[in-house]
Amino acid sequence: GEKLVLSELLQPIHPKSALGSVRKELARVKKKAPVELPLSKEEAKRVVREAAYDTTSKDVGKWQQVVLQNRRAEQLVFPLRQDITTVVPLERATSAWRARTPLEQEIFGLLHKTQQPITDPLLTPEEKASLQAMSLEEAQQRRAELQKARAIQSYYEAKARREKRIKSKKYHRVLKKSRRRQALKEFEQLQKSDPAAALARLEELEQLRMQERMSLKHQNKGKWAQSRAIIAKYDLEARKALQEQLAKNKELMQKVRVEPPEEELRDVPEEDTAAVAVPTAASGANPWMLGKPSASTPESEAQEGPGDVPVPDAAESKEKMEEEEEEEELSDEEALLQDFEQKRQARQERAGSPEGLSKGHGADEMEGTAEQPGDSPVPAVCAEEPVSAGLEPPPQALLSEQLRRVQTMEDVEALASEEHVEEQEKPTASRVEKQAQRQEEGKAGDRHAREAPAKKKIISLEAVLDGKPQELDCPSLPIVMEEEEGGIDQRGVITEAFAGDDVVDDFRREKRKAEEASKPQPVNLVLPGWGEWGGTGLRPSAKKVKRFLLKPPPAPPRKDQHLPHVIMSEKRNIHAAAHQVSELPFPFERHQQFEQSLRTPVGTTWNTPRAFQKLTAPRVITRAGHIIQPISAEDI
Amino acid sequence: VPRNYDPALHPFEVPREYTRALNATKLERVFAKPFLSSLDGHRDGVNCMAKHPKSLSTVLSGACDGEVKIWNLTNRQCVRTIQAHEGFVRGMCARFCGTSFFTVGDDKTVKQWKMESPEYGEEEEPIHTILGKTVYTGIDHHWKEAVFATCGQQVDIWDEQRTSPMCSLTWGFDSISSVKFNPIETYLLGSCASDRNIVLYDMRKSTPLKKVILNMRTNTLCWNPMEAFIFTAANEDYNLYTFDMRFLESPVMVHMDHVSAVLDVDYSPTGKEFVSASFDKSVRIFPVDKGRSREVYHTKRMQHVITVKWTSDNKYILCGSDEMNIRLWKANASEKLGVLAPREKAAMNYNQKLKEKFQFHPQIRRIAQHRHLPKSIYCQIKEQRIMREARRRKELNRRKHSKPGSVPFVPEKKKHIVAVVK
Repeated sequence: GEKLVLSELLQPIHPKSALGSVRKELARVKKKAPVELPLSKEEAKRVVREAAYDTTSKDVGKWQQVVLQNRRAEQLVFPLRQDITTVVPLERATSAWRARTPLEQEIFGLLHKTQQPITDPLLTPEEKASLQAMSLEEAQQRRAELQKARAIQSYYEAKARREKRIKSKKYHRVLKKSRRRQALKEFEQLQKSDPAAALARLEELEQLRMQERMSLKHQNKGKWAQSRAIIAKYDLEARKALQEQLAKNKELMQKVRVEPPEEELRDVPEEDTAAVAVPTAASGANPWMLGKPSASTPESEAQEGPGDVPVPDAAESKEKMEEEEEEEELSDEEALLQDFEQKRQARQERAGSPEGLSKGHGADEMEGTAEQPGDSPVPAVCAEEPVSAGLEPPPQALLSEQLRRVQTMEDVEALASEEHVEEQEKPTASRVEKQAQRQEEGKAGDRHAREAPAKKKIISLEAVLDGKPQELDCPSLPIVMEEEEGGIDQRGVITEAFAGDDVVDDFRREKRKAEEASKPQPVNLVLPGWGEWGGTGLRPSAKKVKRFLLKPPPAPPRKDQHLPHVIMSEKRNIHAAAHQVSELPFPFERHQQFEQSLRTPVGTTWNTPRAFQKLTAPRVITRAGHIIQPISAEDI
Repeated sequence: VPRNYDPALHPFEVPREYTRALNATKLERVFAKPFLSSLDGHRDGVNCMAKHPKSLSTVLSGACDGEVKIWNLTNRQCVRTIQAHEGFVRGMCARFCGTSFFTVGDDKTVKQWKMESPEYGEEEEPIHTILGKTVYTGIDHHWKEAVFATCGQQVDIWDEQRTSPMCSLTWGFDSISSVKFNPIETYLLGSCASDRNIVLYDMRKSTPLKKVILNMRTNTLCWNPMEAFIFTAANEDYNLYTFDMRFLESPVMVHMDHVSAVLDVDYSPTGKEFVSASFDKSVRIFPVDKGRSREVYHTKRMQHVITVKWTSDNKYILCGSDEMNIRLWKANASEKLGVLAPREKAAMNYNQKLKEKFQFHPQIRRIAQHRHLPKSIYCQIKEQRIMREARRRKELNRRKHSKPGSVPFVPEKKKHIVAVVK
């Protein structure tokens, strides 16, 4: 029952060759290369194994980090996953259990008769809510915050009380003065930023001044002033104070032409600007300048003193040195005030507020140097060097950055020593350089000779500090070599090179020193004042000294007594050696490391309980009765 | 109590601490009494043991007469006895959930048993019994799935529900003595055969991975439960070898101290140490990263130790030996058992720290390292030392009298590896 389609009937009849397809296939087969033999069974298995091993070891390798971390861990707590134990209701725990023995059945029969609630929830809703109300961490955080706030408040209160209780008039005076200055400074700032507000403020200040003037406070009518007046005849200080007050009075009574803040402001930076005038003029090679950073340290130390009382000697001598045309001495308050101001400014600097921009950049620099009291003489040097090198004025940020980078005391010291060396090196190096240039100018075709005129003008810092060109230019050694090249043999050179050190003599001296050191020292047990008069400047009598100065028996003869070329140390204690480690144990690389590991004590005698706990924390902690499961991906 | 910690007031800190360390070390040796108890009840040598995965107080043991006993460690009593097989119980393992356990025996059967004792009126019968064609010499259960592996002529991996293995893995023709699943990467298996090789398998691809051939036969191996690629093999040549499975060319560490074949090894659950049982009638504890043991346990009556286990709380060690006893030891010989007061704990930690700090000092080291050994072991150690020295001297002489470079230096780690087969 196939169906015929009309279109098929309409097509012409093709003579179809039956072999066509076969021929095509034959051609295809001919084109193909012969198939390779399949791998032997063993080989095939081996390939599979290798591939599997690669992937598996890669899989396992992902634990590498975890393993290393655990091996290096200071402390491991097992089990790794700390499960929070939950109380499972008895009913759930024993769901699978059924009473089987007659005894059990009897007991359960009795129990079930009473109809006790079996599936009660363990916690009532109220209990649950109360548990969820506040988490432990939240509560702890809140408590910590409150504690901190309370502590801060109490600090402030204590501070205020303390300050209020200070009786020193000088302190209050100084405080007042400094406050006034601060106000002025602020005003100055305000003037720049907001002239209108500044004007209003000025009005206020004027008001205040007028009030003070009207109060007749400085008229020398007060009790204090009168008492001073009596003493003034004999006491220099009192006279000075009185004069000061008079000056103040005069100032107040004066009709004001110029704006008073400007006038008063002048005496603040006056000293500074005066002081600065010299350094800016001075060149880098000025020895007076070079001495400065080191000289600034004693002053700063003095200022840092704990009593906060200015040490007039140090400060004044320093100031005298710095500012010669200044009046011969500043009063104590002034010094104190300066100190305060410096500290405050230093603090502001650290906070990063742009202060004191009104002054010239020279003044800024000086401020910079003075601002770090005792902290570091380094920034001062840094500030000066560019000036001496004739570069553009340094921005303030450079200074502060320097401060921040150098944090520890050691850094500072290291840096300081470095700078010092450089500073000393500079003039000599430059001199040497010039010499070399002059000498080499004679020789033709030298690169340096051509550059010399340019260098004479500006000796840049980089060129001076750079090591290599210096060595090239250094005339002393090569010139000497040239002169003596032919004449002296090797031995002569060596003797000349080591002309200074006499090895034999050194050794003899060393040996003598060792002998001296090994001699037993007499023990002095003389107590002054016992059995005779005591007091300063009295010396114990010769009789007593003779009696109480214990002379030890002479030491046994040294082993190297008759060996002139040997020093034998007799320090080694054989009895102690039995307890000592003779060779460096494995994990340590240097004996210092090992000694350090022993030196720090661990016990409570030397450590606080907290530190003790930390120091003695065990490597591995396991909890009794807890099963430690193998590590798994969830544990990490 | 406020204290002044000024170091000037408390001088001589190093000598004082040294004295304390010395005392601590001495006390440690004084209190080192590791033996706790012996569980007796078997009527033949104990051949295998298994830990309960969920209960610390339960341990299972199989003896050479086909008897399986379940012990309660807190009471130190046998809870249950099953006559499981005829002939040896070759291997046993507990299911990961702790509801049942498997045993294989010389009667060519694998049996699954319930962990709970039969209820009132029930017969003591296995849940399943699989009768195999050949003897099974070992069994281990997968750590997470219902799959277990047996070994004998080949390594078979079984589904618990079926009576025929899911797949059989072979490589070579010798009988395989032990097979162990990796506890972390659970598809990995390691086996050791009597033709001196250790073979690793991957269960997912059901193919062996690599084979390493050692000088002598490996008896058992154990995977580190904290480090996925580390396993330790207990060898007949008195040594243990810790391998990294990614680098089988040489072991990470060779642990030597035993003076006879090592028969069994088990890792502590923290993965920091392992315990080994030896034919020389002693049990030794090795740190993983040390070549020498830190502790040796022996008693007068303990014979060849065949099997050893470290309990899952890292506190005790169990060893089963030829003379039918299972012995319970402390893992840390001088540890005080029971609850410690906080001060006691602090003192203990401090002493530990001191011992660690001054461990290199000769007097302290001498005390800390001192162990008593039975004469037999002591003499054997001496003998072996002489032998080793002789061998070393011979090699030295040989090197001296032959062309430079012709006698190569072979490191100890490489000496024991014959070949690695891909």
